[in-house]
Amino acid sequence: MTTSTNLVYLIALPLFSSALLLLLGRIADKWGHIFATLISASVFAVALIEFFAMQGRDGLARPATQKIFEWISVGSLHVDASLLLDQLSICFVLLISGVGTLIHVYSIAYMSHDHDRRRFFAYLNFFIAAMLLLVLGDSYLNLYVGWEGVGLASYLLIGFWNQKPAYATAAKKAFVANRVGDVGLSLAIMIAFTQFGTVTFAGVKEGAHGASAAALTAIGAALLLAAAGKSAQFPLQSWLGDAMAGPTPVSALIHAATMVTAGVYLITRSNFIFDASPTAQLMVVSVGAITLLFGAVIGTAKDDIKKALAASTMSQIGYMILATGLGPVGYAFAIMHLLTHGFFKAGMFLGAGSVMHGMNDEVNMRRYGAIRKVMPITAATFGLGYLAILGVPPFAGFYSKDKIIETAFNAGGAKGILLGGAALLGAAVTAFYMTRVIVLTFTGTKRWDENAKPHESPILMWAPMAVLALGSVTSGFLLSSGGALVNWLQPIVNENHENHAEEFLPPLVVSLMALVVIAIGVALAVFKYRTVPLVAPTNVSVFTKAARNDLYQDSFNEAVFMRPGQKLTSGLVKTDYKVIDGLLRMIGWIIQTSSTAVRSIQSGFVRSYALIMVLGVLALVVMVWLVTL
Amino acid sequence: MSILTTLQLLPLIGAGLIAFLPVSNAKLVKQVALGFAVLVMIVSIFMAFGFEKSERSLQFSESRSWISAFNINYAVGIDGMALVLILMTSILVPIVFLAGWNESENGRWSVKTFYILLLVLETMMIGVFAATDVFLFYVIFEAMLLPVYFLIGGYGSGERAAAAMKFLLYSLFGGLLMLASVIGLYIISTNQGGGTFDITKLSELSIDTATQNWLFLGFFIAFAIKAPLWPFHTWLPTAAKSATAGTSTLLLGVLDKVGTYGMIRFCMSFFPEATKTFTPAIITLAVISILYGAFLAIGQKDINSLIAFTSISHFGFITLGIFALTSQGLSGAIFYMVNHGFSTAALFLTAGWMIKRRGSSQIADFGGLQRVAPVLAWSFFLAGMSALALPGLSSFVSEFLVLVGSFAKYPVAAILGTTGIILASLYVLLAVQRALHGETPTSAAGIIDLNLREKIAIGPVIAVLVLLGFYPKPALDVINPTTQTIMTHVGVSDPIAKVVK
Repeated sequence: MTTSTNLVYLIALPLFSSALLLLLGRIADKWGHIFATLISASVFAVALIEFFAMQGRDGLARPATQKIFEWISVGSLHVDASLLLDQLSICFVLLISGVGTLIHVYSIAYMSHDHDRRRFFAYLNFFIAAMLLLVLGDSYLNLYVGWEGVGLASYLLIGFWNQKPAYATAAKKAFVANRVGDVGLSLAIMIAFTQFGTVTFAGVKEGAHGASAAALTAIGAALLLAAAGKSAQFPLQSWLGDAMAGPTPVSALIHAATMVTAGVYLITRSNFIFDASPTAQLMVVSVGAITLLFGAVIGTAKDDIKKALAASTMSQIGYMILATGLGPVGYAFAIMHLLTHGFFKAGMFLGAGSVMHGMNDEVNMRRYGAIRKVMPITAATFGLGYLAILGVPPFAGFYSKDKIIETAFNAGGAKGILLGGAALLGAAVTAFYMTRVIVLTFTGTKRWDENAKPHESPILMWAPMAVLALGSVTSGFLLSSGGALVNWLQPIVNENHENHAEEFLPPLVVSLMALVVIAIGVALAVFKYRTVPLVAPTNVSVFTKAARNDLYQDSFNEAVFMRPGQKLTSGLVKTDYKVIDGLLRMIGWIIQTSSTAVRSIQSGFVRSYALIMVLGVLALVVMVWLVTL
Repeated sequence: MSILTTLQLLPLIGAGLIAFLPVSNAKLVKQVALGFAVLVMIVSIFMAFGFEKSERSLQFSESRSWISAFNINYAVGIDGMALVLILMTSILVPIVFLAGWNESENGRWSVKTFYILLLVLETMMIGVFAATDVFLFYVIFEAMLLPVYFLIGGYGSGERAAAAMKFLLYSLFGGLLMLASVIGLYIISTNQGGGTFDITKLSELSIDTATQNWLFLGFFIAFAIKAPLWPFHTWLPTAAKSATAGTSTLLLGVLDKVGTYGMIRFCMSFFPEATKTFTPAIITLAVISILYGAFLAIGQKDINSLIAFTSISHFGFITLGIFALTSQGLSGAIFYMVNHGFSTAALFLTAGWMIKRRGSSQIADFGGLQRVAPVLAWSFFLAGMSALALPGLSSFVSEFLVLVGSFAKYPVAAILGTTGIILASLYVLLAVQRALHGETPTSAAGIIDLNLREKIAIGPVIAVLVLLGFYPKPALDVINPTTQTIMTHVGVSDPIAKVVK
């Protein structure tokens, strides 16, 4: 353990920059975007310095801490505002500040026509600060501050154009769904404090050895609920599709590369809880497997390019969650997929934004087609991201996704076959819906609106896309060569050097199986979308209908939570007036009407009576006082 | 003379001075009133710096014989809890003056009367937290009703007379119950070595179980009405709907705190056994208040009633923390009182400005304010974030402490209370969306953003919420010793963590 004095700048710089841009207002309109981008870049620079410094230290000395101040201290509860940068958090810090900076650059051009660009950049900086706090806090409570902070940033950015009622509603929906998850995090913290008397990661880890199975399972379940809320996992997934209301750079940064993966971070960070509770692990893999299929199925039917990518994000995070539930060997693969996904998905979202930018903000892929001819750079970078998400060797996803499929099979027995099968099936569906996106958008015949004059985006936009595309090509190889990431993370997530218990299938066989199903998915999509009608056909199967309607997630929530909740609320409002207040009004009425003597002064009766009483008491007091002076 | 007496005299002197000013010169009246309010604030901050936080006994004490026949004294003194509440009061009063600079002009009576009433009320608000003689406390507790009654009835809007009356009747009913208990305590003290109203001496009496229970209820119901706790709450939304923004701020932000303050200061100190007896019932009422208040807030169409119902929910949290009787719960509850004061002030004041600009208090009549009045919109939004206890703002620290403090002893209550945070996000964000988002209606296109005076009023409130959110230590350091004293007195200790290292 090393003490550092630089960690605080990672958070303080973007936080102050954000506050400054918001407080200065229009004065900062001219340079706010440049300033915010430079701040984000300098955060990335600090992160790189810290990363190289960490590499230079050996194993046990690698984690660095910094205590900033004593935050809350009551009774036996002591929580410091204290940061921890270890092998796990540095992965996130580099991803957040690196991809974050690229997206700042991209947004300079993307938002150049927006009257409120400065405000947008202030929010982006605020997001960076909150997200870094989330991954740098050394206790669950510090994490919680960042956790709700990114929720707020997400709310503000989804609703950036909240003059449109639907966008404002989408922002609210995201916040409320996240709050359901936050209840989980709160409960986990409360149980942890009751059990262990502390809420720091180190303290909880130490205590976890002696805790009862029930307590560990309870904490694990509560943490999983939190992760489901933040990472759009079943059953709290419904907000992510609507979150696409935010400007596209936001979708790339927050709703693809970083914030939505916070649930994966939370579970990985809490590995000592989950490793000690097989029940909690079973819940985790179930949620992951369900969501990876759920998202993939929705992705097959979306015509809105951003919603198709959002469904894909949900599905890919499902893979990561699944991996975190597979024990000590799974965490590193979850993080690897998280990092490669950060490159290729952010890249594809920026590509989608580039297409929209050139097409008058059109998002319906049925109105695209043959875009590669007019936007070659966008098409090329998007294409590399496509190959990466499919898992075609040697692109990034091949290294990360195949490892998850392999590890799932290795879970053993029926469980392994079920999970591995789900992951394999998911890969096929992924190949189908991503090919669909490519075919509808970039190849085929043009189906543009007459007014659309698509053109390639400026360099400020395509350069970040190119960098991310480079990551989509190389990151998988770099992270896995020589077990780089696995070894790097091993002291945090796999202290006992656990390996596969036994190999269910050799890696080569898994990869070949994956390639076969991917090829089937691609072929099906290419065949099915030879011609694309401008309007989505209506005579489709119940499955397509269900997928188009997000598998009825909203209808379910409305029927089970929203409408009964509204009924309860309006019922209570009536009851409060009629019953509770009514009883008291009745008492007043009885007193008033039963007294015939006061009929003449009825209206003023209660008032006078009350006033006389107060004045009487006061007069009495004053008199006694005067007499005894 | 204790600085506490000075603090109480200053607003009275201000009120006396204003009485001699001409009615026609409203501006001068306001300036003098504001001057005195600022002076009180400065003196109270000065006092806070002289407060010895390691000292467990009451500080700045003073006692003068008042009605010697009954051994009634003008006795004052403060501990950490009283200190933070007095500080909150003295900071809020000048802010309220500044924020509602023109709100007294359409009243039934003159501007002059308005500020005399407010300054007299400030004296009482300080006195009620400083009093260490139960009789003195009771007299102020009752007398405070009058200025508030006239402030609502004379300067409010809508059905202000009815609202004022409802408030008065509820409070009087509670006051009478408390008076009976106060007399009961006095009689018991007469039999145990001499009649007294001194709080410290009264808390050392030995009272049999049945009597404790009855006397406890007398106090508790009075405080539960004041706080207010479900089902004694129905006066509050009516009052908040009719009162001016400033009056509502003081009513919910300060006066209602007398209820929760009283539960700690009197119920727990005088009747430790009865406290334990009634705790399960009270925890139940607290949880009902949290959820009931939140659901009702979601269903409100009037912005002021919405804020009132959020307060009922928050008073549920405070009560839960108090009666959880753990150091986190109790310290959290006391800190919650302070935060709720500032948080509610931010809500009522910004809501008041929106109402003034749009000429309606119906949330549906707002809309799209963010595009035309960004500073006002941001202020209301941050107030809302404080109401839903967003981390980084002070209300988060207190709400977390209350929940973590109650979980160890009452897990079910704490879990139910925690679900309140989902409801909170709904009532805040629904109101935010309706008031601030969407297209700006043409009728709102011309409204102007906050002026300098309004910015100066809201700025410090938000600053306090942020500063105490990041760095609550100064407040908690003062509050914690009070918590320890009370827990020792009641005879409870914190549960020990199950897994000991």
